[in-house]
Amino acid sequence: MALPYTETVLEHFRHPRNVGKIENPDGKAIEGSPACGDMVSVYISVDSKTNTISDIKFESYGCASNIATGSIITELAKGKTLDEAKKIDWKEAAEALGGLPKIKVHCSVLAVEGLRSAIENYEERHGLVKERKPTTVETVRKRLRKVMNPMAGLDLVRTNLVKDVEVKEGAVRVVIDLPSNHQFAPAIKGEITEKIEPLWDVKELKVEFTG
Amino acid sequence: MDRKQVYLDNSAATRMDERVLEAMTPYFLDKYAVATSEFAYSQGIEVREALDGARESLAKALGAEAGEFIFTSGDTESSNIALKGVALALGNTKGKHLIVSKIEDFPVLNSAKALEKQGFQVTYLDVDGEGIIDLEKLKAAIRDNTILVSIQHANQEIGTIQDIEAIGRICREKGVLFHTDATHSFTRVPLDVGKIPVDLVTVAAHTIHGPKGIGGLYIRQGTKLAKWVDGGFQEFDLRAGLENVPGAIGFARSIELVTKKENERLRSMRDRIIDRILNEIQNTTLNGHRTKRLPQNANISFHYIEGESITLHLDMHGFAVSTGSACFSKSLEGSHVIFGIGGDHERAHGSIRFTFGRYNTMEDVDNIVRTLAEIVKELRSISPLGKDNN
Repeated sequence: MALPYTETVLEHFRHPRNVGKIENPDGKAIEGSPACGDMVSVYISVDSKTNTISDIKFESYGCASNIATGSIITELAKGKTLDEAKKIDWKEAAEALGGLPKIKVHCSVLAVEGLRSAIENYEERHGLVKERKPTTVETVRKRLRKVMNPMAGLDLVRTNLVKDVEVKEGAVRVVIDLPSNHQFAPAIKGEITEKIEPLWDVKELKVEFTG
Repeated sequence: MDRKQVYLDNSAATRMDERVLEAMTPYFLDKYAVATSEFAYSQGIEVREALDGARESLAKALGAEAGEFIFTSGDTESSNIALKGVALALGNTKGKHLIVSKIEDFPVLNSAKALEKQGFQVTYLDVDGEGIIDLEKLKAAIRDNTILVSIQHANQEIGTIQDIEAIGRICREKGVLFHTDATHSFTRVPLDVGKIPVDLVTVAAHTIHGPKGIGGLYIRQGTKLAKWVDGGFQEFDLRAGLENVPGAIGFARSIELVTKKENERLRSMRDRIIDRILNEIQNTTLNGHRTKRLPQNANISFHYIEGESITLHLDMHGFAVSTGSACFSKSLEGSHVIFGIGGDHERAHGSIRFTFGRYNTMEDVDNIVRTLAEIVKELRSISPLGKDNN
């Protein structure tokens, strides 16, 4: 049978490891959204003495690559220090799965980003962010690259929906080039809020629409 | 593959009926000559007669005359000939405006888009939540320079049947040509060109247990159509190329084998799968109209989970179906049909199409529903969506 997936991918797809939620996790992240086709939640428990990931769980709304990548990164990350786990990239996950189809990069990269964001979330919440860089327009734009334009399946920045970004003394203003009554406007606003609000020096966020 | 596959993707392609193969075989092995005129050698004449016979059967099935039906390589070519042929014939005189529905299959949709690049204007008509076009909107969209309306008889994904009689009457009143893509409805839903004012009809054999690579186009007597596949003078000088005689014979045989009883059997399988899934699996939505629907089609969205995962699990259990999920397609675009009926990405991603054929049984329906219930439960247990505390 010539399915485009390796045996390892299919095995993880059929029997994903570490599925579920952790109650009161030390760090958590949600990447993607139903609108962009895939969504992954990652939860971690951290042993604060050793700074290692003592437990990790994930949930996936997605295709086979997404589920399998979510499963493999939990195996790769468990027991590692936060710094080691942060270095796990898509390539390492794909290699551990024996390879993934190129077209599925988009679906599988989410799980890897989920792990990284969960660790960042832990660090932000526990005052472990080493360098507290002030938020700039660039920081905001970088985060907006993780918010999908549901109409295109690509992010807001690449699809030119971000009309303007302003950052002034902790107040962030984002202008999206869509009418405010557009069917995806509330979803996009929600996702932007989720990505920008946790930034340590952001006190106020305004998401505006052009029409 | 050693295990038994239950094939429920009959709108993509069907298993050919042995009786069709039997009818075709002599035209590969014994009667392989070119279909020639009566002034050539005897084998060629015999082949010509067989081809004419096949043409007559197909035309008759549509209520047409043999001279109004040409063979093509399939529905894709038929719809291309219809749209581009009319555009080429009338574009410089009558006008450059066409109307199609938003949920047409790719042959019509992409022919329209190709014409747009050549300077034609196209109106893409909206459909309602069940996939039906609004006749008033159609009337309003027709302009003085409109040359063709192309609206499908039944939808390829959600099975919704349009009122092509009413559409045809509107087009006739306004003096605009009307093409309908009947690839999925041919022989499954009645279509008589004697009763329905339609000028061009696309049909194909691959959906009705006939061979791949053969289709046809009904062209009402007097319809202006430019030839754009150039070469010889075959098919009334409308479509050049050596005739696919075995294909034509197989196509004609395949329509003989479709019976009213078979269509009723398909309908009962369709109704059973829809009723059972909607009743037994929570958070599911039927896509398309409940009754104005192809007898062989069911399309259901399973919320909170993604279609490629469902199809892959089903495949591992021996069931073949298709999905409107972006993850399933090479383009990573979700189904334009589900978006067309107002569905969101989640509804498209979780949509599964079940299409029945001659070789399916009620047992297949019960088996797939049982398997689906387990798969859906499992995938939902992994999914972060649809949970109260999310």
